[in-house]
Amino acid sequence: MTAVASHTADAVAQELPRLLPGADGRQGQDLRGHFSRHGRLPYRDQPGALIGDLEAAGLTGRGGAAFPVHRKLSAVFEAARKRRRVPAVVANGAESEPASDKDATLLWLAPHLVFDGLQLVAEAVGADTAVLYTHADRARDVGRRLRQAIAERESAGVDRVPVELAEAPPRFLAGSETALVNHLGGGPAIPTFIPPRVTERGLNGAPTLVQNVETLAHLALIARYGPRWFRAVGTRDEPGSMLATIRRSDGHPRITEVPLGIPLRELLGDVRPEQAVLLGGYHGMWLPAAQALRLTMDNRSLEQAGARVGAGIVIALPADRCGLVETAQAVRYLAMESAGQCGPCLNGLPRMAAALAELAGGRPRPQTRANLERWAGSVAGRGACHHPDGAARFVQSALATFGHEVERHLRGRCSAMTPKPFLPIPRHTAQSEEDWT
Amino acid sequence: MSEKLVVNPIDCEGHGVCAELLPEMITLDEWGYPVIDSRPVPPGLVRHVRTAVSGCPALALRLLRG
Repeated sequence: MTAVASHTADAVAQELPRLLPGADGRQGQDLRGHFSRHGRLPYRDQPGALIGDLEAAGLTGRGGAAFPVHRKLSAVFEAARKRRRVPAVVANGAESEPASDKDATLLWLAPHLVFDGLQLVAEAVGADTAVLYTHADRARDVGRRLRQAIAERESAGVDRVPVELAEAPPRFLAGSETALVNHLGGGPAIPTFIPPRVTERGLNGAPTLVQNVETLAHLALIARYGPRWFRAVGTRDEPGSMLATIRRSDGHPRITEVPLGIPLRELLGDVRPEQAVLLGGYHGMWLPAAQALRLTMDNRSLEQAGARVGAGIVIALPADRCGLVETAQAVRYLAMESAGQCGPCLNGLPRMAAALAELAGGRPRPQTRANLERWAGSVAGRGACHHPDGAARFVQSALATFGHEVERHLRGRCSAMTPKPFLPIPRHTAQSEEDWT
Repeated sequence: MSEKLVVNPIDCEGHGVCAELLPEMITLDEWGYPVIDSRPVPPGLVRHVRTAVSGCPALALRLLRG
């Protein structure tokens, strides 16, 4: 078990929350409230200056890939220098994963932290273009709140680089880096082939830094309080706090800020060992609750079970639901959300979805399970993006975790006591090319 | 210097010429799309790899350095 820097619950309680408003915080901090809580935006007046602090802090991306932030910034800084191009920076709030709500919540409750972070990375890499990319459907009033925040910052003269707001179409892949850059450049929100990386050649061919909005919020605080402060919670190898979207049996998502390394049993509440837990959303992993309850929320622990922290999604499947039925519905969604550009994904995902529907439904044919396993193994790693790999991992973990359910279905029984779906699946998916733009 | 043979799966149309020209490193999946050996290209095969790369009707194959 990894060591947690703050040993006592009290110590952690003192440090958290950092991003989310504290107990005394008003809903949706305005600029004045933001500055009175955190102080002014600490520009360094020097490009590249922030990168050393970020390396010392050990901040990794909070969008799912956990890539070291200082390395991404350095890559963009170097590419800009080498190619003599002015870079661009993008705050990625697309949050295309339906089961995740933490970025929308952050943008609602603490937009100024995100805008601060965006200005700081723009300064660090010398960017002249800054974009905040948000999810079109979840815009609700977030769009209005964000425009208000930008207007406040404009009249206070806070931002040095003007920020554009842009919307991601409600597609599962729209938040992936190359799809985002593709869309901002006027194309559809579908992935492109790597190489080149967007840090090398992205928006309008310029080196482009894409960071998740939560990552930028942490960055805005590290710039104020320093790397040691950041490391006061979390683990030695995975420091800091993170936002998590927790869904327990009642289905309502709870967004909570937790230290990395927190035991999953503290997040899962009353879950029985026979139930199942989904870690990481629809590219993530099902595990028996008995196993999940022994793990902590950090990659060192989760990797032992083949899982990852990802974007902090933790879902406990209620005992009166069927994991096969839920997975079948999610994989059908994943298949419909394929960009359809790559043969293995275009061919494999719909077949996997149909096979799962068969296993979840009445009388599956004897070869269906073997086909499903073969297809999952075949598509992984063979697309331009990680959609087929993620879908395959999700499917394989479902087969491993719900093996007993497969048997039950073969005998004409099912664990589901209600037809109501538990996992959140968006109703409408892409019908035509316009839906990707 | 190690080189890796990769396919751009977006450009790939599943013609299958590559598997014909380089069976040592490329097989086709059940839908006709290439499964490529991800190990570095053995020096003895470099010439055949280059033939496969230029033989692809979609120009989807690439030899990457390092």
